[in-house]
Amino acid sequence: MFHYKPLLTSLALSASFIVAAPVANAEENTILLGAAISLTGKYATAGNHAKVGYDFAVDKINAAGGVKIGDKSYKFTIKYYDDESTPARGGQLAERLINQDGVQYMLGPYSSGLTKAIAPVTEKYKIPMVEAEGASRSLFNKGYKYLFAVLSTSEQYLASAVALAADVAKANGKDPASVKVALAFENDPFSLDVRAGVIDDIKKHGLTIVIDDKLPRNLTDMTATMTKIKALKPDLFVVSGHSKGAGTATRQIAEMKLSIPMVAMTHCESADLVGKYGATANGYLCATQWAETLTYKDPMFGTAAEFNAEIKKTVAAYADKSVPYQLAQASAAVYVFKDAFERAGSLDKDKVRDALAATDLATFYGQIKFSEAGNNTAKPMVLRQIQDGKYNVVAPTAFASHKLEWPRK
Amino acid sequence: MERIWSNIQIMIDIPVLTMGMVIDGLLIGGIFALIAYGLALVWGVMNVKNLAQGDFVILGAYVTWWLYHAGLSPIVGIPIAFVVLWGLGWVIYKLIICRVIEHDLFTSLLATFGIAIVMQQTMKIVFGADEQTIALNLESFGFFDNMLTIQPTRLIAFIAAILLAIGVITFMKRSRMGQAIRATAQNPRAARVMGIDTEKVYSFTFSLNAAICGAAGGLISLIWEFQPFIGLIYSIRAFVIVTAAGLGNLAAVIAAGLGMGVVEQTGAFILGTEYQQAIVVGLLVVVLLIKLVISSRRREVVE
Repeated sequence: MFHYKPLLTSLALSASFIVAAPVANAEENTILLGAAISLTGKYATAGNHAKVGYDFAVDKINAAGGVKIGDKSYKFTIKYYDDESTPARGGQLAERLINQDGVQYMLGPYSSGLTKAIAPVTEKYKIPMVEAEGASRSLFNKGYKYLFAVLSTSEQYLASAVALAADVAKANGKDPASVKVALAFENDPFSLDVRAGVIDDIKKHGLTIVIDDKLPRNLTDMTATMTKIKALKPDLFVVSGHSKGAGTATRQIAEMKLSIPMVAMTHCESADLVGKYGATANGYLCATQWAETLTYKDPMFGTAAEFNAEIKKTVAAYADKSVPYQLAQASAAVYVFKDAFERAGSLDKDKVRDALAATDLATFYGQIKFSEAGNNTAKPMVLRQIQDGKYNVVAPTAFASHKLEWPRK
Repeated sequence: MERIWSNIQIMIDIPVLTMGMVIDGLLIGGIFALIAYGLALVWGVMNVKNLAQGDFVILGAYVTWWLYHAGLSPIVGIPIAFVVLWGLGWVIYKLIICRVIEHDLFTSLLATFGIAIVMQQTMKIVFGADEQTIALNLESFGFFDNMLTIQPTRLIAFIAAILLAIGVITFMKRSRMGQAIRATAQNPRAARVMGIDTEKVYSFTFSLNAAICGAAGGLISLIWEFQPFIGLIYSIRAFVIVTAAGLGNLAAVIAAGLGMGVVEQTGAFILGTEYQQAIVVGLLVVVLLIKLVISSRRREVVE
């Protein structure tokens, strides 16, 4: 593991010193977390949200007395590198964090692709990683032991919309089998994950699929799918094709004067449906990991609403826009580490790993409990409906702030 | 396969839907024809195959979109996009194209491919990688209980494309410059002998093409979402149309453009939206095969 080269620069010396003696950190009473995150490149916007979330949680936890292990208290610090949104770079930086900077505990990068590149490295060195931004289910069928994700995986994204449609049918005295569903999914790993979850739930609730279209990567026009909807009149239309899919579908549903009682999609927020298309987007159901109106809470950050308000107060960039869920789940990941350290009562990374695996924590972001595979199975996906230009939580009903408007007008 | 049959069955059972798709295809086909005409112009006059065609289109869309957000209506924005792209076309001609025009095919292909990449990355840096669009949110015209809908933006774009095409055609037929362009296309050496400044003709032609693309892009910004890297599919469509229609045959270019719009719409309906762009590329293969068969039958005198 250690590469002592004949010519040791002072930098390498100090780095290897940290690797050889993580206890040195303990004497300074700090716990060093490492993260390679996309600060430049195509994921820069979302990557920066995640970084703000990490930093906010670290400051908050440190200000509240830090992490208490035994009778000592420790402060978190994070060592960041910019992975430039490229997986190969992410993998290299993970090696560097572990081998040169002596990082023993990792926070995740942004996106499934980067997480896929880094997880094999952390696994190799048996470094526990809590990630908050990689939702692909392919991350959780590799048998990783040191990977934990606080967010819901992508096949859960729109599955709740199917359950909701079945509930509405039952409430109206109809057989769920009479509910016709139209599907339009992009042919990429994320959207196909979402589709797999939707198909599973359609089978479970016994709905009928009438249209099952795939969308191309360079989608511009969905007229063909929309024409099929005109012919077959589905009761539920589920779309996932990143922001261009959400935007194109919204635009063309209005342009072709389609009346579909229920429409569910991903990426409503990033496609800026309300800003671009105004009232025509009313009634759409949008999948999200988290919303500030949820009634979740914890002793560190308070309720979801309090977390939201505090971010707006402390980080100027969010003062006049809504706090993205990417930020909230990053904060939750740091909080999960704090909880695990305290339960482990040790800085030993394997004990921390075991404590992480046993996590069952209520947070402002939702309940966090990891499955054998490392994904969070306790937190449901949230569905928000666009009502008069506002995103209001309508499902899961236990945490919902508003009632579903059905059928959409 | 079963799905394909059931889709065809829908088209037969509900003819008004089929009619809707054909009308839709014709409307967007007008814009494709416009882009293809510009490509044919540069190809025919200068023998440069412009791989950056689609990127000129997207830049035109961005210019119109940017002006729209600065408070200018697309009615003003599209002519400005025309002028801006004219200027850019002239600069690119003077910097790059005039140096490769005398060289072989691959030099100009590589040069325009390079221009395409630089334009994509620059647009990404300047405008960001997100999808953008101008959503006028105009109410569509509905017929037959809304089974047939016609979108006003597509209708406007179609009419604007026709007007622009008429303008360009009149210019090519009537004006001195238009005549000079056609003369240069037929025989550059003879044109030079007759005192035509072919260098000027070339720079004018390339700028005109960029301007046409700019206006077409402005129209596209009203209809679809676009992002910096979507230009390629517009380039491919233009190449398919020009390959099918041949150079210098304007009626054929328009017919092929409209036909492409219709084939895309109905093909995507039958095979699935996923194959919409595959159909375009598939058409290119079919067109090339047909051309190959035709040319192998024609006997030519070897001089």
